[in-house]
Amino acid sequence: MELLSGGEMLIRALHDEGVELLFGYPGGAALHIYDAIFNQDKVEHILVRHEQAATHAADGYARATGKPGVVLVTSGPGATNAVTGIATAFMDSIPMVVISGQVDSSLIGSDAFQETDMVGISRPIVKHSFMVQNAEDIPAIVKKAFYIATTGRPGPVVIDVPKDVTDPARKFEYRYPETVKMRSYSVPAKGHTGQIKKAVEILLAAKRPIIYAGGGVIQGNASDLLTEMSRLLGYPVTNTLMGLGAYPATDKQFVGMLGMHGTYEANMSMHFSDVVLGIGVRFDDRVTNAISKFCPGAKILHVDIDPASISKTVAADVPIVGSVTSVLEEMLELIKQSDTQVDRKSLDLWWQQIEGWRAKECLKVTPASNDGIKPQQVVQAVYRATKGDAYVSSDVGQHQMFAAQYYHFDKPRRWINSGGLGTMGFGFPAAMGVQLAFPDAVSVCITGEGSIQMCIQELATCLQYGLPVKIVCLNNQALGMVKQWQDMQYGGRYSHSTYAESLPDFVKLVEAYGHVGVRITKLSELDKKMEEAFALKDRLVFVDVSVDPSEHVYPMAIKGGSMKDMYLSKTERT
Amino acid sequence: MRHIISILLENEPGALSRVVGLFSQRNYNIESLTVAPTEDHTLSRLTITTIGDDRKIEQITKHLNKLIDVVKLVDLTEGSHIERELMLVKVKATGAQRAEIKRTTDIFRGQIVDVTSTVYSIQLTGTSDKLDSFLDAIGSTSVLEVARTGVTGISRGEKVLSL
Repeated sequence: MELLSGGEMLIRALHDEGVELLFGYPGGAALHIYDAIFNQDKVEHILVRHEQAATHAADGYARATGKPGVVLVTSGPGATNAVTGIATAFMDSIPMVVISGQVDSSLIGSDAFQETDMVGISRPIVKHSFMVQNAEDIPAIVKKAFYIATTGRPGPVVIDVPKDVTDPARKFEYRYPETVKMRSYSVPAKGHTGQIKKAVEILLAAKRPIIYAGGGVIQGNASDLLTEMSRLLGYPVTNTLMGLGAYPATDKQFVGMLGMHGTYEANMSMHFSDVVLGIGVRFDDRVTNAISKFCPGAKILHVDIDPASISKTVAADVPIVGSVTSVLEEMLELIKQSDTQVDRKSLDLWWQQIEGWRAKECLKVTPASNDGIKPQQVVQAVYRATKGDAYVSSDVGQHQMFAAQYYHFDKPRRWINSGGLGTMGFGFPAAMGVQLAFPDAVSVCITGEGSIQMCIQELATCLQYGLPVKIVCLNNQALGMVKQWQDMQYGGRYSHSTYAESLPDFVKLVEAYGHVGVRITKLSELDKKMEEAFALKDRLVFVDVSVDPSEHVYPMAIKGGSMKDMYLSKTERT
Repeated sequence: MRHIISILLENEPGALSRVVGLFSQRNYNIESLTVAPTEDHTLSRLTITTIGDDRKIEQITKHLNKLIDVVKLVDLTEGSHIERELMLVKVKATGAQRAEIKRTTDIFRGQIVDVTSTVYSIQLTGTSDKLDSFLDAIGSTSVLEVARTGVTGISRGEKVLSL
C-alpha cells in the first residue's frame, strides 16, 4: 500500500479516473496540489490566463470528446472566477469536475485571506458539490464526483479542498475505489416500455410529424440511432441550437435549426405538425415562443433522461424518462417490427408543404453592392475553407446565430457553443480545449469583436502550448445582437452598444502575442484570405473581418407569438 | 393547494441548504420547515409545507429528487396522513383572565408549562388549523410571544417512509 499526501492523492485519483488534461491556475490554497502536479507526469496541466477560461476550455474539451473536463483553481477569486464557466456547463449539461482550493479548515468562516464559501456560491449551478473534510476521503470523493458528473443528465461537480487536507507532510494509504455506490443517486436507464410502445404507435400514425432533437442526443451519443430512425421513417428533423450535428445538416430530411432564429421551414413545420417527437430537448423558451400558442395541433412525445425536464414548460402527452440511446434503440426495434406502416400519402403531402416553405429560402444572402461583406458570407467562407469538417466554437450574439445557421454540421460534437447561459467569452477558450483534445483537427472560433475581448488574454496560453486555433472575428464594430434588439424594440437608440472608436487593432494585438493576424475588408478577397489563414496549420491566426454593421439575424421569432410568427427580414414578416 | 412533503435527507453538512436553496432558486414557496435526525443517525427527516398547483408540486418533487442528498421523499397530502405542529405561546394572564385562559387551554387540550404572576406559557399540539384557532380564541391582545415548530407528519396505516 502506497502512502500519499492529500494533494498527491487528488492528482493520482484523477489519473486513475482516466484524466489526461487539467486546466487551471495556481494560488495559495492550491499550492500543495500544484506541488503534487510538479512531481508527476501522468496528468498534464494547462496553465490558462484566467480561471474563467480554464472552465470554458475544460467545457470545450468535454463537448468535443464526451469526456469530463477537469479544472483546478485556488480559493477566493480563483473560485469565483470559475463560477461563470461552471454555470455555463450547468445550463448545457456538460460533464465537468472543478477542484477549488480552500483556506485551512481551521480558518474557514473567519474571513481569512482569499476565503470564499465556494460550496455555497456554486450551489445553484452544480449538479453536486463536496467539501473535503479528511484527506482519507479524497479517493472516494473524486470517484463519486466523476460518477455524478458523467452519468444521468451530466453536469458540473465542485470539490472544495481545504489546504490542510493536502498537506504534503501528512501521508495516508491510497486506494482508488473501483466502484461507486450511492443510495441517494440512481441513473435512469431504460424508458418505460409501455410508454415507448404508445409513442411509437402515435408516431407511426402521424400525418404531419416532426422530430425535434436536442443536446441530449449529442450528450447521449445517440446521433447514429436518431439518424437511422429518422431515415427509416422519412420524417423531417429539426435540431435545437444545442443539438446541431445530432442529425446531418446537409441531409434532405433536415429542415434546419428551430426556435428564435430557426429557419422558416423548421418553425412552420413545428407549428403545423400533428406529432412532435422531442428527444433530448427541454422545450426551452428560445424554442417555443409563447407556450400557450405552441404547436396547437400536435401531440407531444417527449424523451429525456431528466424527469424534471418533462412537462416543465410544455405538457407531454407521452412522457418517457430514460437515456436517449436506450429509448431510441427500443423505438427503432418497435418501428421495424410494427405492422403499422407509415402513412406515405400523408407524409408526401406534408413534405410538399415543407418544400413550399423551404422554397422561401429564408437564409438566402443578398450580397452587398459595394464589395462589402455580409456576416453570413464570412461563415459560408469558413465552411468552404474548412470543407465543413471543422470543430466550430462560438461566443454569443449575432455571430453565434450566423454560425449556427450557415455552418452545416454533419457530425455531433462539432458545434461548441454556450446555448443555455449564453456566455460571451466562451468561444475562444473552448476552442483551445477542443484543440488540445484533437491536436490535428481544425478548431475555429467564430466570434465577434465584443465577445472575443472577454477572454482575449488566452492568446498567451495558445502561444505557450502551441495551439493553432483559428479565430474568425465578425467585426461589426458594435454589440450586434444588442443593437439589433435596440433597432427593433427601442427605436434605434443604441444605448451602450457601440464602441467603434475605441476598438483595438486586432492584427497588431495578436502579433504582439506572437500570432498571425489577417484583416479582410472586401468580399472579393474573402475566400482567398480565409483559405490562406486556414492553410497556416501550425499557427494561431486571427482573421478580423469587417462586416456590414447594419445586418440583422433573420428569421426572428416575434415575441409573444406562436412558432409560425417570425420576422423574415427588416421589412417582411409571416 | 397546500402540500406536505416529507424528505429523508443525507445527514451531511450543507444538505439542508441545498433543499432550501432549491426553493428560493426556483421561486417555490416554503410555508414551514422542520428538520431533525432520524433513528438512523445518517439520515435527517425534513418536512416542508408548500403551496402550489399540481404542476408546480410535480416540479418541486422532481427537482427535490434530483438533489443528490435527497434519499427519498413522499408527498404526504397525496394520501391520508397525520400532521402535527407544536406551539409554545406566552400570554398575558392577570386577574379574571387567568381562569379564562386556563379553561380555553383545557378545551384545546393544551398544557400550561410555565407560570408567573402575570404570564402563562402554554404548550399546544395539533394541526396548524387548531393552533390558529387557539390563538384566535385567546385573542391577539393577550398573546405576547408565539413559537411554532412548523408541520411534521407521517402517513396513516402500513405505508412507511424509510430506506
